[in-house]
Amino acid sequence: MNNELIDFVLVSVALLGIGIYGLSVKRNAIRMLFAIEIIINAANLNLVAFGRFLPHSGGQTLALFSIAIAAAEVGVGLSLIIVAYRMYQNIDIADFRSLKG
Amino acid sequence: MAEAVFLALSVITIGSAIAALELRSLIYGSIALMGTLGGIAGFFLLLDSPFVAMFQLAVYVGSIAVLILFTVMLVKRELIFKKVEDKRRKFVGIALMLVFMVALGSVIMDSGIKTITTDKPAVDFRNIGADFLTYYWPALILMALILTGSITGALVLARREDVENEQRTD
Repeated sequence: MNNELIDFVLVSVALLGIGIYGLSVKRNAIRMLFAIEIIINAANLNLVAFGRFLPHSGGQTLALFSIAIAAAEVGVGLSLIIVAYRMYQNIDIADFRSLKG
Repeated sequence: MAEAVFLALSVITIGSAIAALELRSLIYGSIALMGTLGGIAGFFLLLDSPFVAMFQLAVYVGSIAVLILFTVMLVKRELIFKKVEDKRRKFVGIALMLVFMVALGSVIMDSGIKTITTDKPAVDFRNIGADFLTYYWPALILMALILTGSITGALVLARREDVENEQRTD
């Protein structure tokens, strides 16, 4: 095992930063979903990395839970985007203002 | 010291994450997102957890990325290529990203985890199965309920009521 924990954690920080940039700049709803996916994957990488270096099986178990929950989240998010697209004929979140009630 | 495979994987992962957010076409963007997810699966293989890596490949690259690709194809053609963004907001976003990365990175570099290495063997995947069925069993059942609920919710949300089914009556 040549790699150290710090390498994986730094990659995870980089991915988290890219995800935050995407969430704050992009106005396209599908691209914001991409950014959320990138952030979730950074979190999973951290979980598995710490689980490997402790070593403890909890990291991999929680990463599996996280992947499954993320799959559910993407399904609901995409169907919300489809519904909003059907209502407004657009996927720009600036047009979704009346969704806030 | 990091090895060459690790460096290649991190370049692929971070580069395609940037490409997924910055490419003009959403279709190429979602293919680049597949690259990011596959790169993360490679990291899982490097971390001696092949079970999670295969799960990642099956769930993320196999289903989520394809689902996103099909949703992108449902959207109008000119919306896929349209890119609306504020110049000032973009600079603020890049500044936020850099500040965040530098701050969190320096905190991590100063903390004690820089020296952590391990010689111990990796966790066997049998332990994961045992964990699922002993300590985490309520969470497993709850996760199954959440998956069912979310699939039902997605179907109900995406259903169209304005389209009548043409059924043959003969």
